[in-house]
Amino acid sequence: MCTLEKRGDLFLLTLTGDGEHRFHPDTIATILSLLEQAKSQSTRGSILITTASGKFFSNGFDLAWAQTAGSKTGAANRLHQMVESFKPVVAALLDLPMPTIAALNGHAAAAGLILALSHDYVFMRKDRGVLYMSEVDIGLSMPDYFSALVRAKIGTSAARRELLLSGKKIRGEEAVGLAIVDSAAYDSEEGVVEASVRLGEKLAAKKWSGEVYASIRKSLYPELCGILGLETRVFATPKL
Amino acid sequence: MCSLEKRDRLFILKLTGDGEHRLNPNLLDSLRSTINQIRSDPSSSQSVLITTSDGKFFSNGYDLALAESNPSLSVVMDAKLRSLVADLISLPMPTIAAVTGHASAAGCILAMSHDYVLMRRDRGFLYMSELDIELIVPAWFMAVIKGKIGSPAARRDVMLTAAKVTADVGVKMGIVDSAYGSATETVEAAIKLGEEIVQRGGDGHVYGKMRESLLREVLIHTIGEYESGSSVVRSTGSKL
Repeated sequence: MCTLEKRGDLFLLTLTGDGEHRFHPDTIATILSLLEQAKSQSTRGSILITTASGKFFSNGFDLAWAQTAGSKTGAANRLHQMVESFKPVVAALLDLPMPTIAALNGHAAAAGLILALSHDYVFMRKDRGVLYMSEVDIGLSMPDYFSALVRAKIGTSAARRELLLSGKKIRGEEAVGLAIVDSAAYDSEEGVVEASVRLGEKLAAKKWSGEVYASIRKSLYPELCGILGLETRVFATPKL
Repeated sequence: MCSLEKRDRLFILKLTGDGEHRLNPNLLDSLRSTINQIRSDPSSSQSVLITTSDGKFFSNGYDLALAESNPSLSVVMDAKLRSLVADLISLPMPTIAAVTGHASAAGCILAMSHDYVLMRRDRGFLYMSELDIELIVPAWFMAVIKGKIGSPAARRDVMLTAAKVTADVGVKMGIVDSAYGSATETVEAAIKLGEEIVQRGGDGHVYGKMRESLLREVLIHTIGEYESGSSVVRSTGSKL
């Protein structure tokens, strides 16, 4: 369901297989454990790139699994379980001691889009793939950390409205215009990944301290970190 | 350390000498006492402050060498800069930074604590260097960054790439109001802008209170919750 590869300075996290790369509790646990692995192996100049293959980056939580609980309460409990277990994934990305880049090969919806937005940089394709916060359409309420992430990363009220309230499927060009993604200049899976690798190598060359990087990242998003229960340690031994 | 010139209704505060204008305790005290002097001038509420500098640097930040030799001075410099920034935010007159040299870290925060930032485009950059020199960014610096840079992507670029922001890039990012061909042109433009503002008239006391209200988050982080924002019910002599 998901693999972690090391290529020089780059950690490549890939959501594998065909299909929608939906987040089932097992997928979530695997992603979390792979992020912990990347963290433990990180050095100066480490970079994380997260991608997938096929039509979908990720279509969000495994709602079908929730439905097979057999009852409304059962389904609600399973959904709640996925929401709660995914929160540490977002926290792990915010806390990761290296720059992070999401290379969107295809559609990113709901929790799948949240995974993407939890990265420092987001690249998507121009020709394929949409961003879609489906919750408003399927009548799901928005977890607090989802909204906090959107508030942290998306600056204009128009963009927030288009993303969260309109049920719109946002394509690359529009996503760039709304400043939801950094670039959508690519018309292939390879193109998005190559661009991510290029940016990754540029950032890796700076050989920043991962601990300092993560600390400054977290201090950019104090509201979100509060909701995720992430502490920001303060220390200062500057390089003079 | 710093000089004060009065030209009609313009107060021109200059960080003097060819050095880096590091914000050591003495310079910070000197700046604060000059700002107090400006505040208590009878014409203050019909005036404008322009802050500029001699030489290659606006300010290269805290005196880190001093802090290394005496670690308790980090706390002292931070406290003094916080007070200075709070003083600038409550100052009963518009403020213009005429940035004619590099402004790094605490020096960049000082420049950004002005209402208008005018900058030369031929030399110099704004640089939040903390990621490069492995210094943690205090929460109150982030409050200034958040208050003055609207775009989450621009904040990320400034803080998480330690970008050396030249004037034209600064204008695009919304950090710099306008860019000029040389140091002289920048100062002339600041004076011209100051004179235009003076012509508009208005009550500096009202202006100061409005600015405090707008930058309430910064005030809370610099001087605390209960010392700011007391103007909600206070009469400002409204012209209604």
